[in-house]
Amino acid sequence: MITLDSCLIIGAALFTLGFLAVLTKRNAISVLMGVELILNAANINFVAFGFFRSYEIHGVLIALFVIVIAVSEAAVALAIVLNIYRNMRTVNLDEVDSLKK
Amino acid sequence: MTLLYLAIIIWLLPLLTFIIQIFFGNRLPRKGDWVVVGAMFIDLALALVIFGNVIYKYNPDFRAVLQFDWISLGGQDFPLGFVLDNVTAVMLVVVTLVSALIFLYSIGYMKGDPLYSRYFAYLSFFAFSMLGVVLFENLFGIYICWELVGLSSYLLIGFWFEKDSASDAGKKAFITNRVGDFGMFLGMLIVFSALGTFSLEGIKNGVESGQLSGTLLTAAGILFFMGAVGKSAQFPLHVWLPDAMEGPTPVSALIHAATMVAAGVYLIVRIVFMLTPVSTVVIAYIGGFTAFFAATIALTQNDIKRILAYSTVSQLGYMMLALGTGSYAAGLFHLMTHAFFKALLFLGSGSIIYAMHHALHAVNNDADPQNINNMGGLRRKMKVTFWTYLVATLAISGVPFTSGFISKDAILAGTLSFAGRYPQHFLLPFFGFAAAGITAFYMFRLVFKTFFGEFKISEAREHIHESGKIMTVPLVGFAVFCFFAFYTAGNNSISLSSPGEGWFYDLIKPPEQTAMTAAEMPFSEEIYEQEELPAEPGASHSYAIFLSLLIVGAGIVVSYRTYISKTISAETWAAMYPRLYRGMYNKWYIDEFYHATVIKLIFVWSALCRWFDNVIIDGIVNGSARITVIFSWFEGKFDNIVIDGIVNGIANATQILGWFTRQFQTGRIQNYLVGFLIGIFVIIIFRMM
Amino acid sequence: MGFLTLITFIPLVGAAIITFLPKGKIALIKKVSVAATGLTLLLTIIMLLRFDRTMPGINKEGQFQFVEHHKWIEVFNIDYFMGVDGLSFPMILLTALLCFLCVFASWNIDRAQKGYFALFLLLETGMIGTFCSLDFFLFYIFWEVMLLPMYFLIGIWGGPRREYAAIKFFLYTLFGSLLMLLSMLAFYFTNEPHTFNMLTIMQNSITYTRTFQYWVYIALFIGFAIKVPIFPFHTWLPDAHVEAPTPISVILAAILLKMGTYGLLRISYPMLPDAANYFAYGLAILGLINILYGAFAAMAQTDLKKLVAYSSISHMGYVLLGMSVFTSAGINGAVLQMFNHGTITAMLFLIVGVIYDRAHHREISGFGGLGSQMPIYTGITSFAFFASFGLPGLSGFISEAMVFIGAFPVYKYITVFAVSGVIITAGYFLWTLQRIFLGKLQDKYKTLPEISGMEIFTLAPLMIIILFVGVYPMPVLNLMRASLNYLIEVVHP
Repeated sequence: MITLDSCLIIGAALFTLGFLAVLTKRNAISVLMGVELILNAANINFVAFGFFRSYEIHGVLIALFVIVIAVSEAAVALAIVLNIYRNMRTVNLDEVDSLKK
Repeated sequence: MTLLYLAIIIWLLPLLTFIIQIFFGNRLPRKGDWVVVGAMFIDLALALVIFGNVIYKYNPDFRAVLQFDWISLGGQDFPLGFVLDNVTAVMLVVVTLVSALIFLYSIGYMKGDPLYSRYFAYLSFFAFSMLGVVLFENLFGIYICWELVGLSSYLLIGFWFEKDSASDAGKKAFITNRVGDFGMFLGMLIVFSALGTFSLEGIKNGVESGQLSGTLLTAAGILFFMGAVGKSAQFPLHVWLPDAMEGPTPVSALIHAATMVAAGVYLIVRIVFMLTPVSTVVIAYIGGFTAFFAATIALTQNDIKRILAYSTVSQLGYMMLALGTGSYAAGLFHLMTHAFFKALLFLGSGSIIYAMHHALHAVNNDADPQNINNMGGLRRKMKVTFWTYLVATLAISGVPFTSGFISKDAILAGTLSFAGRYPQHFLLPFFGFAAAGITAFYMFRLVFKTFFGEFKISEAREHIHESGKIMTVPLVGFAVFCFFAFYTAGNNSISLSSPGEGWFYDLIKPPEQTAMTAAEMPFSEEIYEQEELPAEPGASHSYAIFLSLLIVGAGIVVSYRTYISKTISAETWAAMYPRLYRGMYNKWYIDEFYHATVIKLIFVWSALCRWFDNVIIDGIVNGSARITVIFSWFEGKFDNIVIDGIVNGIANATQILGWFTRQFQTGRIQNYLVGFLIGIFVIIIFRMM
Repeated sequence: MGFLTLITFIPLVGAAIITFLPKGKIALIKKVSVAATGLTLLLTIIMLLRFDRTMPGINKEGQFQFVEHHKWIEVFNIDYFMGVDGLSFPMILLTALLCFLCVFASWNIDRAQKGYFALFLLLETGMIGTFCSLDFFLFYIFWEVMLLPMYFLIGIWGGPRREYAAIKFFLYTLFGSLLMLLSMLAFYFTNEPHTFNMLTIMQNSITYTRTFQYWVYIALFIGFAIKVPIFPFHTWLPDAHVEAPTPISVILAAILLKMGTYGLLRISYPMLPDAANYFAYGLAILGLINILYGAFAAMAQTDLKKLVAYSSISHMGYVLLGMSVFTSAGINGAVLQMFNHGTITAMLFLIVGVIYDRAHHREISGFGGLGSQMPIYTGITSFAFFASFGLPGLSGFISEAMVFIGAFPVYKYITVFAVSGVIITAGYFLWTLQRIFLGKLQDKYKTLPEISGMEIFTLAPLMIIILFVGVYPMPVLNLMRASLNYLIEVVHP
């Protein structure tokens, strides 16, 4: 039977995986994918809490909203990555440290 | 008054010829000597006109004064003025006559000199200044001309300036005179600060009314005398006159025998009303001592001009002695007679030197043409010179029927009567008579050594010639004035021995009132018992004649036996008193004394001043600069190390900190996220605790 | 525009024109300088003809002549206020004359002529302006304007040690100026309403307390004493004189030294009468020290120019002595001595320049016997030397005698010693004359050329003035006597 706990555990695992991907991946695209995982971990949590606790539609709505945001974020982020690549001929984030300067 | 204007023309004429001569002299025919000499003879003629007028008037109180404004400051005024009285008239004749004859003589003596025209320019300038001294009624004016006389003397002594001895002598003369002038100027300051005038008339009134009296008056009198001491070469400022013989001989005759040196005597005559008993005694002693002292030096000298120079000093001492003992007219009288016979002696010597110089030059002998030991027997070669020289020698020795006899006798009689009144001053007649004897001795020594015996440098004997007419005529002219008759002619008679009845004493009256009557003089009461000095000697006259004849005769006889009949040996005497002889021969070491004391002191002191300036003051200035530099160096160090150290230290610390923190800023978002994660963990851990 | 503005600024205009001329046109530069100084001199002479000799000036505006009085910086009550009286006018006359002559004496300046003449003209503006100013602030500005050109003229065109000399001169005088600035401000703030007007400051002199007077007097005195120069502030002078080129030595000795005594008479005396009386004795002693010390130090010199420089110190002592007594003869003598020393010492420095141009050294002992080689030069030099040691008939004597006559009734002993200085002065001048001109001529000088026409042209006017004033000083005394007698009334009633 699906309980709140199991949903939260999946969400947490997904978040951890996503976070690990963000932290460890050198490739910008992979990092973006990690970000997507984190966002979806959040979505699972929203939906789970909405379903098991409030019996209302709010959680699902926010999840939908997050999905829309995530799409547009991904579009912007990909555009940035594309620009970075165009400027620096790399998407390796170790080499993209112009913030330091 | 017209006469006075005439006198001013006499004064200005030489100035005019001086200007002509200095600017155009070389371009004029004969280099302009005729301008100067001619002007001087015009001067002489004018002076004789004045003199004739004065004699004709025969008024002892004759006096014409011309005052005019000179400097006016609103409150204080300094007018100048000219005066013409009997003294001036006599002096004008003396100065112009002597000058005219000597100018004439110079044409011959200076022939061929490269600076011929300048010589005459200087001569005119001298005449101008000397006449100014005579004519000014005003001490300020007298002082101006007095200094100008000194200047012309300087220029003429140093005329042959390529000789070091000549330029030294000129400088010495000027500076020694300046020492005297310093005193005279102080005297003027005293007089002016008390009376507010430089006019002699005004000063006389002031002294008579007692506005200037006591110690201050005495001081003023002595200070004026100091000026006279300088100009008339009295001890202790006599040192310049013998050296002044470096100048051309006519100059020695004109300036350093007849006129300029007499200016001192003339000055005292002018200010005689200012003399207090103390100052007259000072004058008398200095004069008497100088007369004696200079005569002793003249005894042993060998340079013909130096002997005469010392004899001049000695004779000027006589004049001062006369003024100091109250024989006012006698002093002036001796000034006049001395001017003629001493000028004659110098011109005669000039004639000898000229002949000697040419003779020695002809045989290429470089012996000293002025040394009397090189001469002898000139009597036969130079007849005119010899006879005129002899006349002058007789006059200066005081042999009867000569002018010198009358004037010197008057002075000696004066001293004798003075000592008769004040026996404590017995030294004064002693000085006078002793000097008279010595004078007779050395003057005849001079004559015997030059004109008698055999010429010492035999090879040059043939070349000795009498000088030309232009030089002998003045000699004869002066010789004429060595006889008594010119001086003692009076209204009714001509006296053989005494000037008392002559025109001179009638014209030149002693001042009636003098400062000597001032009773408040501290020791006038003791010495003078409030008694007036005798105006003129009277009673002691006959003693004086007797005594002086005796002494002069003795002098001449001893001289004859020493140098002609050789029965007395001068060498033996010299050997008997070696110290005395050496002292006389070396002029009593006065020059050496001055060199070792005054002059040395001045040089040391001036070197000290220079040292002080360069080392101490500049040392302080430069030292303060250096201290500033050192201080600023330290300050710079402080700045660099301490202050900059602090500033830089802070900067460095910041930098290190920045470096440290920068290490966290990798620019990689992932690193930041790690930090963020760690932060969250930390927060969580804290929350849980 | 009034006369004073014209004479002050015509040289400045000349200097400005010169700066726009190309460097190479030396002849044109010289012509402009001659024109500027000549025009100034001409205007000064016209002023002389119009000068009213009876108006005293000193502290009354109505008694000044050629007055120009305009507001300038109203916030601080600073006026453009110029005027002359008998104290300043002889000095202006002297300045205009000497600047004109010195342009000709500068004919042989061999480098950077453009800068030289421009600075020279600027210097003239400073000097004339100082003498004309009646506003303290204006006075101070001109005073400083003088300083800078002088620094460069010594420091660039001077002799081997020019930099040392220039910096010494500059620091000394700057120190003096600083004290003057302080005193000026002290006056400014003491007066109500605040003012820089000298005449107002003088008229209020009665209100100043004694302590104030003493302190301000001392401060001003040091400032002026450096300029005079008074012992012991004098050591800049020999260095500056020796290193400066000839015309600049002339200006320095003849005019800049007078600034000090002029300042004392113009500023210290009427503004601080109590202090002037209080310190008079000290001033007399300083004068005596200057006379004797300068004379003795001069005697020991081996460099002819240095000797002349020290003789200046000695001669300025007479001015101080004359100023220290409030008698007519004393002060008139002192100002006449300022004028005479200006002409005489100018001659002396020009003369030194002549021989230096020919022999390229100034060691007295290195000469000898020049009298037979250069008779005219010898004559002129003797004339100047005689004038300098106070030979009667030449101007120096008149002023010295007047100073002594004026000083003697007040300070007997000081005067006696001061008179003795005359002997020393005669001594070292005659000795120098002997060492340079008399004796045997050395072979190496057998080719020295006689003094040139241009040099005589610079010396002759001075000789004429010296002789004329020596024989008849009244024309000069007339200019100053009303003012100076009134000055005595103001200071020492």
